Amino acid sequence: MMQSAVQKRAEYRALFKHNVRGRLVIDKIAMGVVLSCVIIAIIPLGSILLEVFKNGIAAISVEFLTQVPGAIGSGTGGIGPAIQGTLIIIGMSSLIGIPIGVMSGIFLAEFGDNKLGRTVRFFNDVFMEFPSIVLGIFAFLTIVLLLGHFSLWAGAFALSLIMFPIVARTTEESLKLVPLTYREAGLALGLRQWVVTFRIILSAAKSGMVTGILLAVARISGETAPLIMTVLGSSQFFAGFGSPMDALPLRIWRLSLLPYDSAQLQGWGAACVLIMIILAINVGVRYYFATKSSAKGRLFYRIMGGRRK
Amino acid sequence: MVLLDTQRSTRRIPTDKIFRIIATVAGVYVLAVIVLIVFQLYSESYLVWEHEGLGFITGAEWNAVEGRESFGAAPYIMGTLVTAGLAMAMGVPVSIGIAMFISQAPKFIAGPLSIVIDLLAAVPSIIYGFWGLLVFREFLLYNIEYPLYDVFGESVWLFSSAPFGLDIFSASIILAIMIIPTISAVSREIMMAVPHMQKEAAYMLGATKWEMFKLAIFPYAKTGLIGAAILGLGRAVGETMAVTMLIGNATGPNAFPQTLFQPGQTMSSIIANEFIEASPASLHLPALIGIGFTLLLVAIAINIVAHLLVSRMLKVKEGVINA
Repeated sequence: MMQSAVQKRAEYRALFKHNVRGRLVIDKIAMGVVLSCVIIAIIPLGSILLEVFKNGIAAISVEFLTQVPGAIGSGTGGIGPAIQGTLIIIGMSSLIGIPIGVMSGIFLAEFGDNKLGRTVRFFNDVFMEFPSIVLGIFAFLTIVLLLGHFSLWAGAFALSLIMFPIVARTTEESLKLVPLTYREAGLALGLRQWVVTFRIILSAAKSGMVTGILLAVARISGETAPLIMTVLGSSQFFAGFGSPMDALPLRIWRLSLLPYDSAQLQGWGAACVLIMIILAINVGVRYYFATKSSAKGRLFYRIMGGRRK
Repeated sequence: MVLLDTQRSTRRIPTDKIFRIIATVAGVYVLAVIVLIVFQLYSESYLVWEHEGLGFITGAEWNAVEGRESFGAAPYIMGTLVTAGLAMAMGVPVSIGIAMFISQAPKFIAGPLSIVIDLLAAVPSIIYGFWGLLVFREFLLYNIEYPLYDVFGESVWLFSSAPFGLDIFSASIILAIMIIPTISAVSREIMMAVPHMQKEAAYMLGATKWEMFKLAIFPYAKTGLIGAAILGLGRAVGETMAVTMLIGNATGPNAFPQTLFQPGQTMSSIIANEFIEASPASLHLPALIGIGFTLLLVAIAINIVAHLLVSRMLKVKEGVINA
């Protein structure tokens, strides 16, 4: 260690002693490169938002938002079933995914300080990164083949698999931020542990959990791949949980495969609606935390750090 | 809450035990699902493994016509590796640059900038694909691909096929854009985790900012940055829609990646394209599920390595803070 320190010092000397001007120039160049990296990353985002809103607003009308799709290539009709389908699927997958995610988060935070807890946490993180199309295949194999037809249930199940690990981790992070004294106070009152958890800890950790849930909803509302082989797509309004259904991302995909200009315009319209839903959730959550007290701000960064998208 | 006491009967139901069991079951759910997914995908694709053997991984024929069925996934596996590799080559340096900028910038720039980068992550894949197909493809085709083809088309094999815009090159660039937020967010976290003393020591020796990065941050954060990059690789490998829309969707031996400007196919894109049309009675569906299984194994391996590297780095950070 000592020797390496001596060597290091010699190395630093060699580096720093001479050529100050050259080093400053290199520093400036490095800063320029770094700045251009930032600009390179922002340009696509700017272009996407610009194009989606510019082309999308032109397509949107009351008819477009509420009607069923017209004949292929005619440019008439709208994306009513797709919007309805996306909302229904979000609701159903939340019904499955949120309870599992919250309970799993409670497990990780309250009982997770052992080998099983660490294993679950690790595989929860790994599961978060599973290719979504594989989850779609899984839902197809377990539910579509079982029921014998494409259905909303299968889609909701597939999306709940994407949702619950996110909810679990954000719940865990926000539960861990609740001070231990709250738990002790509750237990000292003679409350049972589940009462303490549900009535005290969860209500103290509410805002963090809501953030996690909303971000999970934003994530699944744009998922396409697992829906292809589960809800299939349709051009009719809701016809029962056991039948195929349309969704916004699926509709955009189908429209992108058509060679007509009118289909492209409708695709931009659908993309605009989808991105407005997602950005509204994301920006809303961020704004809420940015304007609240610094404690919530810290919580937010902790959660975002824990989420590690 | 005091009322709870009066409701208490002499024979207490062990509610806490039940609560604990329910929570544990919910926690173990993820493990059960992972095991089930691996088992299901393997058993449902068993037929194709039996029919093709290892040839499924190495073969290039893709024929679903009954009686002449032959399935080889090599071109798609290579397609995934090539597009993800190219995306890494483009995306990782840019992401690390962004992380460097954010970790050094004053708060009023770093805060909003992180939000913008996070928004980049929030844009769904399908919208990247749609934008790529209708806007970005033309830009690439006329400003980058044709010039490259005109200059190097004869001499360098990489650029030797006539560009069309729907090819391996454009799919890789879209992928690179999509993995930038992932890698830069994690790298930023990692760079912030380097102890201040290290940075101060470098500054104290008279280092410029760039030299500080070179001497203090990169050596310390190396493992974590590699982990961040591998996490991005995992994303790139599993990415479906945007790639499906831009890669051109070739099948069979033609899909084997040879030049940048040829249409290709990845594991996830062929599943997205053919899954619905595949008949469950034939070998076609098992073959697609087999590709899904291969993809899953690759993704699991990549992510386990990445998480081990990243969490080790962030654990070091916690240790430093506690000490």
